[in-house]
Amino acid sequence: MLLQQLVNGVMLGAVYALIAIGYTLIFGVLGMLHLAHGEVFMLGAFVGLVVVTVTSGNVMLALAAAMVATGLLGVLIERVAFRPLRGAHHLAPLATTIGVGIALQETARWYFGPEQKGFPATIALTLWELGPLRVSSVQVFILAAALVLMGAVSLFLGRTRAGRAVRATAEDPTVAGLLGVNVNAVVILVFFVASALAGAAGVLVGLAYNSVHPFIGVQMGIKGLVVMLLGGLGNVPGAMVGGLVLGILEVLGVAYFASSYRDAFAFGAVMLMLLLRPEGLLGLRLPRRD
Amino acid sequence: MIGPYLEDVLIQLGINLILALSLYFPLSAGQLSLGQGGFMAIGAYVASWLTAAVGWPWPIAFAVAAAAAGVVGALVGLPALRVRGIYLVLMTMAFGEIVRVFFLNFTPTGAAQGFRGMPFVTSLPLVAVLALATAVLAARTAGSRMGRAFAAINRDELAAEVIGVDVTRAKLASFTVGAVVAGLAGALWAHYVQFIEPEEFGFARSVMPFTFVVVGGIETFWGAIVGAAVLTLLPEWLRFLKEWRLALYGVAMLAVMIVRPQGLIDHRLVGAVRRWLPGHAKEVAR
Repeated sequence: MLLQQLVNGVMLGAVYALIAIGYTLIFGVLGMLHLAHGEVFMLGAFVGLVVVTVTSGNVMLALAAAMVATGLLGVLIERVAFRPLRGAHHLAPLATTIGVGIALQETARWYFGPEQKGFPATIALTLWELGPLRVSSVQVFILAAALVLMGAVSLFLGRTRAGRAVRATAEDPTVAGLLGVNVNAVVILVFFVASALAGAAGVLVGLAYNSVHPFIGVQMGIKGLVVMLLGGLGNVPGAMVGGLVLGILEVLGVAYFASSYRDAFAFGAVMLMLLLRPEGLLGLRLPRRD
Repeated sequence: MIGPYLEDVLIQLGINLILALSLYFPLSAGQLSLGQGGFMAIGAYVASWLTAAVGWPWPIAFAVAAAAAGVVGALVGLPALRVRGIYLVLMTMAFGEIVRVFFLNFTPTGAAQGFRGMPFVTSLPLVAVLALATAVLAARTAGSRMGRAFAAINRDELAAEVIGVDVTRAKLASFTVGAVVAGLAGALWAHYVQFIEPEEFGFARSVMPFTFVVVGGIETFWGAIVGAAVLTLLPEWLRFLKEWRLALYGVAMLAVMIVRPQGLIDHRLVGAVRRWLPGHAKEVAR
């Protein structure tokens, strides 16, 4: 069922892309990795779970609440783990974000418990059969939500004044600042948008796989980094393409090889990519900052 | 005589110290590896297989395991010469995950079920001796020609090359030594807990030595040692906090980095301690 697998792969890839866009936006403006981004994703999933349970099944509200909550969390993380370290060694933020990640994991474990939790059945499950293809309403919702969010980010970056400020800062923070861009405000905005996307991805993954626990962010965070790399660091369209490529690659790999090798595809692709084409799949530009 | 609890903590401290230094070696030449868990896994699995399945005496098994990790380290270090900065971080991370997935699927060493049957070897005296030996190696390297080459590359790779440092050789050496030391840590760990499984050597394990080194300070190898000691003992001191223990650990890490972004130990502090220690005056007089 190649076509069926492709549909599943695109769905998974869309979620990866949402996480990777966040990484790549933050890397774009700060040149730094945010290693607690996976935990922001995890908290998004939990906020979604709580809201869905309380409102007995309002998925749109859950998505919105999770995005606002994780967006604010992202701004807070910027304030405590990045801002005090501007100008410090470039490894310092890696350590502070690892610290934040541990604290978030443990807080979630204390509050929600370590076990896996499932989303209650929220969207009336309908299966559409398009010839040999079987698509559920949950899948359609996830795909639609991810596509709308990605479209919104593209429009925001490409068509708005604030989006232009973000691109200018990514190009060169110093020059952008000299030209009147409020770089601090841009960084805060980027953290809000990036974290909100990760939170949305958390809700979507919760819906798709029906399992949320305090440590889902770890592997997702690593996968997001892989996708960012596939797309090229700081390259937003690249992250979208990279997400789809990894999602499809993994799903096909599981279908035609063994599921235990699933992660090897992602990381094998990274090694190859770094050696052969470090500028990423789309290869628009190679950031010199390292 | 010390109690079993203290002994357990001290053995873990020794292994963590070795692991921290394994990351310090490549880092001192400007190469951050977030794949030390992978080298540790290779050391752990090779040593365990040799002692448990083949029946070799442990000293030979440990040596072969560390050497095997070193060979893989050189093989990874070679292509890694082409990538630097964040790209190297991501590449070593990918390497660590590939090793984990390999052992997850490698049936001769139990795959996902894990591997057991190795004898108990890692006593406190053995760990202490090996940790001390690794620390001495780091100290000797820091003052040597090679150590100066590492430091020069760390500051400015291009300038180092211009003044005649063999950058390729030095970077490869630092990476390989780091892999050997991580492999040793893995062999010690496996023969302490006597049961290993692939998931222990994942990304979380690779991040551990990194946090030790960054919190301790990346300027000198003393940072790696102090960082490993503080972050191994901190969760023990925080035990009274019960379930909040690890959350507080994360917050403490964050706080240390905000207050001292260069880490706990820097050159200034080491210099101050040196001047304060007896014997310094004589050294100057000479």
